[in-house]
Amino acid sequence: MTPATTAKVITLTIDDREVGAREDQTILQIARENGIRIPTLCFLEGLSPAGACRLCLVEIIGTGRVLPACTTYAAEGMKVRTTSEALEAHRRTVLELLFAEGNHVCAVCVSNGNCELQDLATKLGVDHITLPYLNPVHAVDASHPRFILDPNRCVLCARCVRVCDEIEGAHTWDIMGRGIDARIIADLNQPWGEAASCTSCGKCVQVCPTGALVEKGRAVAEMKKRHALPQLITRNKEHAS
Amino acid sequence: MTPEALQEVAKAEQDALAKQPQRIGVCTAAGCLSCKSGDVLKNLQTALDRRADVPYKAVGVGCMGLCARGPLVSVEPQGLLYENITTADIPALVDSLAAKPMKEKQSDLGMPFFKRQIKVVLDQFDKIQPERLESYLAHGGYEALMNCVAHRSPGDILDMVKRSGLRGRGGGGYPTGLKWETVAKARGDRKFVICNADEGDPGAFMDRSVLECAPHRILEGMAIAGYAIGASAGYLYVRAEYPLAVQRLKLAIRQAEKFGLLGDHICGSSFSFKVEIRLGAGAFVCGEETALIASIEGRRGQPRPRPPYPAEKGLWGFPTLINNVETFANIPAILVKTPEWFASMGTEQSKGTKVFALAGKIQNTGLIEVPMGISLREIVLEMGGGAPEGHTIKAVQTGGPSGGCIPAEHFDISVDYESLRKMGSIMGSGGMIVMDETSSMVDVARFFMEFCKSESCGKCVPCRVGTPQLYELIERIRARRGTRRDIARMESLCEMVRTTSLCGLGQTAPNPLLSTLKYFRHEYEELLVDEPEETRT
Amino acid sequence: MSKVRLATVWLDGCSGCHMSFLDMDMILLDLAPKIDLVYSPLVDFKVFPENVDVTIVEGAVSSTEDEEKIKHIRGRTKTLIALGDCAITSNVPGMRNTFSVDTIMTDAYGPDHPVQVIPPLLDKSVPVHHVVPVDVFITGCPPPAGTIVKALLAVLEGQPNPVPPRFG
Repeated sequence: MTPATTAKVITLTIDDREVGAREDQTILQIARENGIRIPTLCFLEGLSPAGACRLCLVEIIGTGRVLPACTTYAAEGMKVRTTSEALEAHRRTVLELLFAEGNHVCAVCVSNGNCELQDLATKLGVDHITLPYLNPVHAVDASHPRFILDPNRCVLCARCVRVCDEIEGAHTWDIMGRGIDARIIADLNQPWGEAASCTSCGKCVQVCPTGALVEKGRAVAEMKKRHALPQLITRNKEHAS
Repeated sequence: MTPEALQEVAKAEQDALAKQPQRIGVCTAAGCLSCKSGDVLKNLQTALDRRADVPYKAVGVGCMGLCARGPLVSVEPQGLLYENITTADIPALVDSLAAKPMKEKQSDLGMPFFKRQIKVVLDQFDKIQPERLESYLAHGGYEALMNCVAHRSPGDILDMVKRSGLRGRGGGGYPTGLKWETVAKARGDRKFVICNADEGDPGAFMDRSVLECAPHRILEGMAIAGYAIGASAGYLYVRAEYPLAVQRLKLAIRQAEKFGLLGDHICGSSFSFKVEIRLGAGAFVCGEETALIASIEGRRGQPRPRPPYPAEKGLWGFPTLINNVETFANIPAILVKTPEWFASMGTEQSKGTKVFALAGKIQNTGLIEVPMGISLREIVLEMGGGAPEGHTIKAVQTGGPSGGCIPAEHFDISVDYESLRKMGSIMGSGGMIVMDETSSMVDVARFFMEFCKSESCGKCVPCRVGTPQLYELIERIRARRGTRRDIARMESLCEMVRTTSLCGLGQTAPNPLLSTLKYFRHEYEELLVDEPEETRT
Repeated sequence: MSKVRLATVWLDGCSGCHMSFLDMDMILLDLAPKIDLVYSPLVDFKVFPENVDVTIVEGAVSSTEDEEKIKHIRGRTKTLIALGDCAITSNVPGMRNTFSVDTIMTDAYGPDHPVQVIPPLLDKSVPVHHVVPVDVFITGCPPPAGTIVKALLAVLEGQPNPVPPRFG
């Protein structure tokens, strides 16, 4: 059931296709409704959009600008291009930057085969990383009885921060430090197992796109996630209200 | 207070000034205070108190511009300016008041540094006592605000700001009148005015000086903006690294509230406007408007994608006007002296004057205000006095970490928003760092890239990871390990970071590197090593 | 048509990619008439020959020996294929990159670790293409035999690798 809305109905063009939409919809929503695929990483249905990973950048023709599809609202007559040589090159560079930033070793990762970063490399044809690897030194936090945080595999999409704040209401996770030193912390930078606000609900683990947040006791390639969780919860809420 | 009562206060102050025009003004802005002008002021007053034959009074005034030769001291009504005055010079200075001026300490007020300036923002800094509202009032302060609330409609003010052609002085150059109008028209139960005083460009100290020397001018500008757009609250976002500015702003707000120039029913009108100070905790990115708003709201200071712009959805989701310190400081003069007067200065596209902070390898380090359209040559070589003895100027860096380096052979360009952009730099907030032949441009690029990488908030991937990668590439070249392929890689990564970063910090971070690559490519190439035979494709 | 002069080398890897190569089983027989295996850990040539058409390299570049070897090979090879994640991302050998070489040697061999017999380790273990240009990348740990077949047949035909990348 679509909620009642006063938003106007508009027409726009995505990749030379005319599509109808409401003006309170983002380009990403409209594209997905019409089967047009735009790669995303930090976006997750059911959470507020962040516009941080820059993979969903699209060209708004006539403005000379590229904008994230996840946070940009459609407008009447807008002409959007979701793919071009330049966009594809930028998206591949985003992935290269991410692979070079962390210590991503797919072969020995519990999320091997169930990882969005890995899948994106396949989809976008990234078969090697030209940039030097930064090889950061990160300690793994295994202090929680059920879960593990491995910052070596974190892409700082902040899905965990958002799901914990927006859906669980605990706001255990946040980001500390800036630039390349930014990282995920529990409460006031405490070991996760000692974070008093954590309800151990595990939503952060389910929405994490990589193997940065995982369940304990999983071997390589055993960690499967339920990315649809926030979407299901927000839909249920809408139905209830 | 009613306008009449305020006029009384101004009148009393002016009368006192007329009664005793003999004054010695000691600069009490951070530059001169750092070379002990505070002691000069204190000791000078003590010395004057002991000399009944010398009817002078010592007062702390604002910045007089030539920071390189501080502490600066002015003598009125003679209109003399003395430089490098220390406490040891006080006896001689006091003696000279009844005799001849101290020639050896006297500044040449006829030199281009002083002669070429036109002061709007810095107007009467040498006369206004920063810590006294009465002094600002006596020099025509708050006249614009009083006039607005009594006689002008918000629409009139919007119209005047638009007619003045004023553009945002924070660096972007967005037309101020248009921005005000957008916020005025935006629908919202509440609206806010924010003054961005988070000046963070290395080498820039324009806003600091204005905040320290004329805090009331900014408050007046903000209140007028509030009246024009329909806001009743404003925030001054100041970086905590400016303690003196913060102290004087706090004092100024208290004074203005006491005089009824801020708070409920300003000058007895129906217009109410309150200003609060918020301190930045040292993050450069908080100068970006959406990050600044997040910081005021108590959240982590990181930007969010625009649109929606703050004019539509800003502080706590309400329409918000954000302008820079210098933009607000221009407003009272535009209203009092007319928009046409303002628009008569500058170029077709860039009206009025601009304050610049001259720093680096230059004789006359300091603060100047010049009409837009002046050439870089006039600013750097004539007003700035060129390079120190025995050196030649190579380039000037404008616009801080978002700007670029302009080589000396292009110094004839006009200083306006468009011309600087065409050169691969930007106007920016007004920092100018001058480099001579001893400066390596690769080092300059490295410095700014290091700045951007450590100031990146880490939210978006291109800026968070792209700037450290670019920094490493520059380091590689500096260490004589780089090849032509590294230059090509640097250029393509610059393009990607510029196009795809979320906010202005990342989008402009490649500029210093790109502009030095453009104009000083040979300095990079001299450091390159040849690609080994077997590694060529 | 003359046979393609093919070589395979093994740097810092586990030989799993070579095993996967052998996993082509019957297809090796189809491949045999097209190629001439001129150098490989699978056969007993001592010297890497001149004028090699295609060299498949497994493993990351981790020691000075690896580095010299791959530079030498690149100079004698027309098309260089990086086979498997170690050659492409430095993968498992690269997991030592957050430690200093001294720490690693001491942990492995004790305080009196050998300095002569073992080739000195590079500061970091790096992918092959960070040392020399690589023409084709076949990802996977190891790449499945089927992937190697498709990629190799395409390369022999002078075509790009048709298989989408898949790390891990």
